Amino acid sequence: MRARRSPEPYLWLLFSGGGVVAALVLPVLVLLFGVLMPLGIVDWPAADHLRGLLDHALVRVALVVVVVLCLFHAAHRIRHTSEELLGIARFDLPVALLCYGAAIAGGVVAVRLLG
Amino acid sequence: MEVARYRPGQDAEPVFQGYDVPLMADWAVLDGLNHIKDQLDGSLSYRWSCRMGVCGSCGMTVNGEARLTCGTFLSEYGDGPVRIEPLKGFPVIRDLVVDIDDFLAKLSSVRPWLIREGEELPLTAEHAQTPAQLEAYKQYSMCINCLLCYSACPVYVLDPDFLGPAAIALAQRYNLDSRDMGDRFDVLGADEAVWGCTFVGECTRVCPKHVDPAEAIQRYKVTAALRSVLPWSKR
Repeated sequence: MRARRSPEPYLWLLFSGGGVVAALVLPVLVLLFGVLMPLGIVDWPAADHLRGLLDHALVRVALVVVVVLCLFHAAHRIRHTSEELLGIARFDLPVALLCYGAAIAGGVVAVRLLG
Repeated sequence: MEVARYRPGQDAEPVFQGYDVPLMADWAVLDGLNHIKDQLDGSLSYRWSCRMGVCGSCGMTVNGEARLTCGTFLSEYGDGPVRIEPLKGFPVIRDLVVDIDDFLAKLSSVRPWLIREGEELPLTAEHAQTPAQLEAYKQYSMCINCLLCYSACPVYVLDPDFLGPAAIALAQRYNLDSRDMGDRFDVLGADEAVWGCTFVGECTRVCPKHVDPAEAIQRYKVTAALRSVLPWSKR
């Protein structure tokens, strides 16, 4: 016997993957670019240096993966939190389309910017 | 103590009734209720049995929180009043007694027993387990079906179809048992089962037996997700 086909396992994998990536990567980036560099503890990287990094296709792919997973993490969380807190679970389909649609749109923007 | 009363045919909705109960250092909330029942008002109805946190009968809402009344001392609440209500999320039958048929049906749906396949071994046969194999499921076997986790779960209160914390934890108790050969994916992998959970974690916080139903559910989400995505993978 198999459970009814549901997109939830796939969405949850994107959500949990996003959670892992966000927990591993974002605090480091925020610490570097949001705290240490503005305080002058760490020097700002030169524009050429950053551009050189981004020239590598693997770096760009990794950045897209990080951004897309984080967006899906946020979308999943916003969908469930809003449905429970606002009592709008009966509008699950439009809420889900809106949340994941926004995540996909953000992913497309990320690909366009880095492509 | 302020105790919620609901007498079908008499009360249109639950009303609170106040009782003066002596504050004894060694009295649990359940002792207070027994004092009311024995000395003040014999018509008060509530469930209890063992008085030692094993039977799981005396779960109630104490000052807004799901608690075992035998394990909650009156002295925790100072001079009172202590407000006693039936467990939230369940239909009230009378006073502090709730209808748990919904949970019992859900519990049996996950087949909470050792499922064996193939040749039936004689009753004298032993199924030895290593300490590690025992440890894998032991925590979940501590569940006493007291239903505090259901009462504390906001998902269950919003959606009564949700399979719920204890039933999933008990399913995992058998899934993770090396002697079990069953497959509960058809029940646990449904939208109203593990996917209904949004990991609020209240179930684990209120559990008087230190079972971690939230962990059981998240772990099965990994199992179910991998099985859904990779149809050839088992467990």
